[in-house]
Amino acid sequence: MTGPLIDIRNISVGFTGKSSATLPVLRNIDLKVNAGESIGIVGESGSGKSTLALAAMGYLKSGLRLMEGSVAFQGQDMFARTRTELEQIRGGELALIPQNSGQSLTPTLRIGAQLVEALRLHADVPEAQYSAKAIELLGQVRLPDPAAIMTRFPHELSGGQQQRAAIGMALAGEPTALLLDEPTTGLDVTTQAHILELLRDIARDRGMAMVYVSHDLGAIARVCDRVVVMYAGEVVLEGSTRQVLKTPIHPYARGLLASIPRLSDPRLPVALDGRPPAPGGAGQGCSFIDRCALAQDGCRTSRPDLERLPSGEAVRCFHYQEAHQLSLTGSGAIPASLDGASPSALHLDYLAISYRRPGLYDKVLGRDSAGVPTVDGIEITVAKGETLGLVGESGSGKSTILKAIAGLLPPSGGKITVAGGQALAPEVEHRSPDHLRKIQLIFQNPDDSLNPRQTIAQILEQPLKLYFGLTGDALHQRSAEILDRVRLGAHYLDRLPSQLSGGEKQRVAIARAFAAEPDLVLCDEVTSALDVSVQAAVLDLLNDLKATQGTTYVFVSHDLAVVRALSDRVAVLYQGRLCELGPSADVYAMPSHPYTEVLLGAVLEPDPDTAPTLSADDVVELSPPAQGCPFQRRCPRKIGRICDTDTPPWQQGVKDHTIKCHHSIADLAAAQAEGAAGQRA
Amino acid sequence: MLAMLLRRLFLGLVTVWIVSMIIFAGVEMLPGDSCTAFLEREAKGKLLENCREAQGLNRPAAERYFDWATSAARGDLGISANGEKSIAELVGDRLGNSLLLAACSLALGVPLAIFLGVVTGLWRDRPVDLAVSTLAIFAMTIPEFVSATVLILVFSVWLGWLPGIVLTSASAPASEFFPEIILPVLVLTMVMTAHILRMVRSSVIEVMAGDYIQMATLKGVPYWRIVFWHALPNALLPAINVVALTIAWLLGGVVVIEVVFNYPGLGRMMIDAISDRDLPVVQAIALIVATVYVCVNLSADILTMFANPRLRTLHMRRG
Ligand SMILES: Nc1ncnc2c1ncn2[C@@H]1O[C@H](COP(=O)(O)OP(=O)(O)O)[C@@H](O)[C@H]1O
Ligand code: SF4
Ligand code: SF4
Ligand SMILES: [Mg+2]
Repeated sequence: MTGPLIDIRNISVGFTGKSSATLPVLRNIDLKVNAGESIGIVGESGSGKSTLALAAMGYLKSGLRLMEGSVAFQGQDMFARTRTELEQIRGGELALIPQNSGQSLTPTLRIGAQLVEALRLHADVPEAQYSAKAIELLGQVRLPDPAAIMTRFPHELSGGQQQRAAIGMALAGEPTALLLDEPTTGLDVTTQAHILELLRDIARDRGMAMVYVSHDLGAIARVCDRVVVMYAGEVVLEGSTRQVLKTPIHPYARGLLASIPRLSDPRLPVALDGRPPAPGGAGQGCSFIDRCALAQDGCRTSRPDLERLPSGEAVRCFHYQEAHQLSLTGSGAIPASLDGASPSALHLDYLAISYRRPGLYDKVLGRDSAGVPTVDGIEITVAKGETLGLVGESGSGKSTILKAIAGLLPPSGGKITVAGGQALAPEVEHRSPDHLRKIQLIFQNPDDSLNPRQTIAQILEQPLKLYFGLTGDALHQRSAEILDRVRLGAHYLDRLPSQLSGGEKQRVAIARAFAAEPDLVLCDEVTSALDVSVQAAVLDLLNDLKATQGTTYVFVSHDLAVVRALSDRVAVLYQGRLCELGPSADVYAMPSHPYTEVLLGAVLEPDPDTAPTLSADDVVELSPPAQGCPFQRRCPRKIGRICDTDTPPWQQGVKDHTIKCHHSIADLAAAQAEGAAGQRA
Repeated sequence: MLAMLLRRLFLGLVTVWIVSMIIFAGVEMLPGDSCTAFLEREAKGKLLENCREAQGLNRPAAERYFDWATSAARGDLGISANGEKSIAELVGDRLGNSLLLAACSLALGVPLAIFLGVVTGLWRDRPVDLAVSTLAIFAMTIPEFVSATVLILVFSVWLGWLPGIVLTSASAPASEFFPEIILPVLVLTMVMTAHILRMVRSSVIEVMAGDYIQMATLKGVPYWRIVFWHALPNALLPAINVVALTIAWLLGGVVVIEVVFNYPGLGRMMIDAISDRDLPVVQAIALIVATVYVCVNLSADILTMFANPRLRTLHMRRG
């Protein structure tokens, strides 16, 4: 076969809106994927990435309709094939790895049964060898103990293991092309880095083509040869990974890159204001016009074509030659930070938290079943006006600690004191109204935390009535003021949460927390559900509020670069135990604890010239070891028995930088330098 | 797993125990007792005292509750107020009849409801769905005595195909209830099918829109295999609990149907006992219905636990 493997020509896909007009979700898209080539599709959520990838399989979600164009796989039109032909190709020559394997594996079928099904449908293996072949596939995706995994149900695997099982299933039909829809979104950094390496290896060994859909430019940089940038259902930029990520010539691509927080840059990322037009909402001009710094009158009246340049790039912009004026990094605000000593706002005194309470039976039998606590020995002081970042993989106890501070989860040991040395009651019911007001919690998902039936006004008035007894005009005026502080106009007051975008909802959640005029704000993954451009705006807002109100934050995120952007100090957690604690600048510049080194090494930067260092396995530990160092089972620098038996001591570095390890910081620095030299050689 | 089962069983027993206290207390609070009911107008002075003495009604309430509860636990439900028959025997016949009615309705209704629920769910908003769903809404909203009356009118009065009321005596063997039982079974099946099918339909729709169904489609799994292998085991799980509730309803809550058709089941016995102020019988029936309710819910929970791998493994890990 000559010609491209996947050939998408001028497709437009749409759905019928309320006014019975057809609203386009994809507009005139061309995409060619050659055998063995790996293409990234990036863009904000709702830009049509998933729709495009699924269209390559001849599949449209219910409600969507192909308006024009064609999709060919191996030269044959996918939308003209019969159901039986499609069933042959899908999962066979052309396989999909879904975004969320936890939800994409059938919950009532064992992993083995689902793999065997894929083999039965697509593989050229005799029936008797199905299970041997399935075990082989699970081994190829580097799952430990494949035979045992076969008998598990999907929910018995961790997120990373589910994703690996899904990859194994996709490989069953020996595909020539893989479509991946956000395959690592929601996974831990270390897991993500391992999965991406696995995909790279597999694609290279088998000469598979990949279409990799992601909003994460770091992942794209690692696996893709070419990148397509989508905006509001159109391709706005296409080029080699290097061209798109290093010298993008479309204003949107530049804005997107600038809004990503970087490990290497202490400044806040630059927000890309505004939001993309809804399907059918783009005017006759350029769809990016409302957010574009280069826009001119001509952009409003006619829509730019996708222009193919001699350099191999394709760009949809009249003024792409001026795009280089837009900065890619670095014009963001310097994070507000406190100087000099400041009184303590929060002190965690050997905090321990255990989810498993001794049950009735255990009490009757006098058994101590609480076991090893989930979180233990947390000893941190946060100064007034300071931001403490908490980082660690999922399950490391970040949210647990926040819940204990907020009183939602009584600690099983230790004490929590606030400003002035007052101890906080463990349960929220026993806290004074004043304490309740002073500590506010903001959650990851505003959809869960905002009552969908209350208007924004009602949501904001609650704390104002409760804590300040405001009524009537004063109440209304104050709500409007607070909303203004999070940069939303007073006209939002009458709206319902469902009428707001994700970023706007999160601002309302922030506004509600700040309505209580808190001293301490606990942020739990507050930007994780948001697009990067929106995330940058929320980070900027939080930073602003900190500068003007002198608020103290405890900021939790699994995204290390986000934490870096906002925190003065950072605490690294593993299995509910502290590993490293110090000023952000020092910890990020010199990650000393072996776990911090592993964690930071796995971070993917949106730069094709960097590669992650994977020094430890991404096994998931279900519970911390009973004694010794919490990281003993995975530590690449483990000393020996002492790590298994003795709790490591605090080792002092410069200033307040400390780690908990049997190695000293100086030893670790020497070992790291040696490793780096070894790699270069 | 075993510990989990034992725990549920224990909780079920506690529930029945608490309910028995509530029943006893409730009947206790009613004005009058079985002696005043039995003696009617002569219920005064010496006669009343003697009667109470004979039935042990002048003892403290706690003592009487203890006696009642312990003998009930042994299966001895006492003697009805008019002192003729043992309640266990009276109620036994009626319970058997109610079970017969329930079993017939379930045997007909559950498979029908699941079939129709799946069909309407898969062909959502198509003619077959619109037709069946409309009928189901009718069956749910029309009061049972109306549909019962209409059926009697049509099949018994006009067409003369089936007997309209039950004349068989309460203690007759099951086989003698045919064909009299057919019309009551039809009415119950209609109502029950409507409820279960609505639930199955929405569950099928929800599951079919799920990520794993899309994934199976894009893995090249043929449609009907997706339906039977990937979708239905998940979609039917919630049906187990609805069926359990239906069973409980069939055994104690279908008074109207039993009255309309003169069917000698538990519900009608309860009504009769209430109007006769036969308090021991009222207590006994209430206790039986509560026990049945607890039992079917318990079995449904256990069945769900076995059928749902999530719950099963959760409890296995916990031991
Ligand atoms: N089944 C559907 N019916 C109508 N609109 C849809 C449907 N699925 C997605 N859309 C719309 O299509 C647009 C693109 O969606 P999607 O391809 O999922 O974007 P992405 O993967 O980039 O987040 C969005 O505006 C979304 O609301
Ligand atoms: S065409 Fe105009 S509005 Fe559109 S991206 Fe280019 S400069 Fe901006
Ligand atoms: S104490 Fe030992 S196991 Fe723990 S981090 Fe240090 S070297 Fe590794
Ligand atoms: Mg998507």
